Amino acid sequence: MPMKKLMLGNEAFARGLYESGCEFVSSYPGTPSTEVTEFAAKYDEIYAEWAPNEKVAMEAALGASIAGKRSFCGMKHVGLNVAADPLYTAGYTGVGGGMVICVADDPGLHSSQNEQDSRHHAIASKVLMLEPSDSLECKNYVKKAFELSERFDTPVIVRLSTRIAHSQSIVELEEREEYISQPYEKNAAKYVMMPAFAKKRHTVVEQRLKAAAEYAEECPLNTVEYNDTDIGIITAGNCYLYAKEALGDNASYLKLGMVNPLPVKLIKDFAAKCGRLYVIEELDDIIETHCLKHGINVQGKELFGFEGEISQAIVREKLLGIRPQTISLDEIAPARPPVMCAGCPHRGLFYCLQQLGVFVSGDIGCYTLGAAAPLSAMDTTICMGASVSALHGYNKALGREAEKKSVAVIGDSTFMHSGITGLVNIAYNATNSTVIILDNSITGMTGHQQNPTTGMNLKGDPAAAVDLEALCRAVGINSVRVVDPYKMAETKAVIAEELEKEEPSVIISRRPCALLKYVKHSAPLKVDEKKCVGCKQCLKIGCPAISMSGGKSVIDHTQCVGCGICKELCRPAAIG
Amino acid sequence: METRSIMIVGVGGQGTLLASRILGNVFMSQGYDVKVSEVHGMSQRGGSVVTYVKYGDKVYSPVVEKGEADVIISFEQLETERWLPYLKKGGKIVTSDQRLDPMPVITGAAQYPEDIINRISALGVDVTAVDALGLAEQAGSAKAANVVLMGVVSKKLPFEESVWQAALDKCVPQKFIELNKKAFELGRGTADE
Ligand SMILES: Cc1ncc(C[n+]2csc(CCOP(=O)(O)OP(=O)(O)O)c2C)c(N)n1
Repeated sequence: MPMKKLMLGNEAFARGLYESGCEFVSSYPGTPSTEVTEFAAKYDEIYAEWAPNEKVAMEAALGASIAGKRSFCGMKHVGLNVAADPLYTAGYTGVGGGMVICVADDPGLHSSQNEQDSRHHAIASKVLMLEPSDSLECKNYVKKAFELSERFDTPVIVRLSTRIAHSQSIVELEEREEYISQPYEKNAAKYVMMPAFAKKRHTVVEQRLKAAAEYAEECPLNTVEYNDTDIGIITAGNCYLYAKEALGDNASYLKLGMVNPLPVKLIKDFAAKCGRLYVIEELDDIIETHCLKHGINVQGKELFGFEGEISQAIVREKLLGIRPQTISLDEIAPARPPVMCAGCPHRGLFYCLQQLGVFVSGDIGCYTLGAAAPLSAMDTTICMGASVSALHGYNKALGREAEKKSVAVIGDSTFMHSGITGLVNIAYNATNSTVIILDNSITGMTGHQQNPTTGMNLKGDPAAAVDLEALCRAVGINSVRVVDPYKMAETKAVIAEELEKEEPSVIISRRPCALLKYVKHSAPLKVDEKKCVGCKQCLKIGCPAISMSGGKSVIDHTQCVGCGICKELCRPAAIG
Repeated sequence: METRSIMIVGVGGQGTLLASRILGNVFMSQGYDVKVSEVHGMSQRGGSVVTYVKYGDKVYSPVVEKGEADVIISFEQLETERWLPYLKKGGKIVTSDQRLDPMPVITGAAQYPEDIINRISALGVDVTAVDALGLAEQAGSAKAANVVLMGVVSKKLPFEESVWQAALDKCVPQKFIELNKKAFELGRGTADE
């Protein structure tokens, strides 16, 4: 009997890579895609690495594909924006060995800065895109994706959503089939994309897209299920599951496993057999627009909207008019937003910034939580790397006085991802900007991935570590300082000094993430009840381990790691 | 069998993922189709977290919606209140009596509601509240509160104890198995009282 396992969609995706004989993986982490690569790295047969960013990852995967291996790169939806440049031209060059790309969308913004729909990238880059709806399909679609990549000579994207990537369901495991490498042969007309060659390749791309559209009519991943035909549902991915749970056999289904290119005749035949037709898709109206363009009358966004996730409850309500019966206490429960962990090295730094009252050009990572109350010390967050480049623009626009009252904050992983180019710009085009690198020795936000500054690689082996101080100096920053954010008075003084300087500076706030296994914690601190005057000063740092009880502050011993920054704020010296 | 829905709710970092893994393994070992839906990422940083576990002959949607949960397992009182609207009429709640102030309460922007468990009981809901943290510390580590709750839940679901033990063996790392088995027994014991 084949072995069955309960697997996360991402784990099953990695299993699909393994079973397909994939040998090369290069990715950049991003929720909800990260575990695909982490699980892939567990197979000895697969070489896997964290690249500094998605563009590098995709180019590395394309290089391995040109070399003749089956290759893969994975990223979250916004990562595909970073990798869009190689993607759009990889569509022209096509592949050597099969190349599969995972892009994980995040409808509902569980942990993202926007809610974009990656299907637009598939359409615009004219590459094929598949969309599985559970873990077993994740595995099987990856295998199909490699096959299609080689058949149509193109990278193939497999699109996930948070609910597919982070849901576990039962998967039947199969054996790995070794892939016979395609020997590399020099072929400039295919791989050198200068105008004369690229023009010819564009013709190939259009022909391929046409052939793939014909294939979509008979693609086994596009399935039709006829039940009651009064209602016909056209859907894909997790939305199929919601429709099926809400409507069961009271509707017929066209489930599209290949979402680019979309079939026409298949949809028309389905439409002809059904009464009312609905398109159920999260985010944008890609399938709906396709139907309307081909004269197929459907309803979709008018009912379901463009924002957030769909669910079985929403399908029930919109199509059947049924609302759930609920029980509740008649009050609004206080919210519980995410917070920096107890002992987080970012906390002290943000308290200093709040005290200094500066403009903080922010970035993406655990430290984005510095924007939340009570620290509230961040003015902007756009995308990875934007803190540094936007600070330069802000300072050029406002001049010397602004330079003295503004900083950028950026994590170590984010700095390597795309902060360094912004710093080059600051040095080259000269603003007296102050950039603070929050070096917690790990990629924290996405769950502790190694990065080029940590001295370790994805497989857990020692690796070259970027020397941040030397790197900053090398691009032309002469004032580079290092501070320990657990020492707040000193940190604040150094920031104040650097703001005054008539030159650009970098401050490295260095202290490893308190959750790292090798970090030794100090004994939990206690509040001396007799000394505590209930001034609530210690609550101003927003530590989840400190709360008030009976007019005195108390420290939760299960959370406190003894970092001691609350001690620095306690005037009566009651904390020890 | 019709699909049954369980929700595990708590605060990021409390160990809800291990609990869902144990449940998933219990249901799978009994031949059911299973789906477990987790949320990783941002909310794990001390935010409100929820995991869905569904089992039956064939499970479609991985998520549980308002009014659909047969059982809610909660690691913290305020979270019990927050997710109460997800309970099905006639559903059961197993909750730890732990209280963790969220940031708006710490900063004074909001008040922690009083007497949550009794007020939910008064609505006619079947609530079992236990000192999961205390029992976990008794077993050897506050971190085992999740497994204490599994012990309590095991009495509310129709599976033999050996099935749960097997799932623990599968999901808990070997070096913590003794501690967790003790935590499980302590939880299971509370249901006898
Ligand atoms: C283009 C892009 N790729 C990936 C992500 C996901 N992501 C958000 S923050 C982050 C890295 C955070 O690491 P670091 O900068 O070291 O800060 P920390 O979380 O450790 O404080 C990643 C990978 C993203 N938001 N955008």
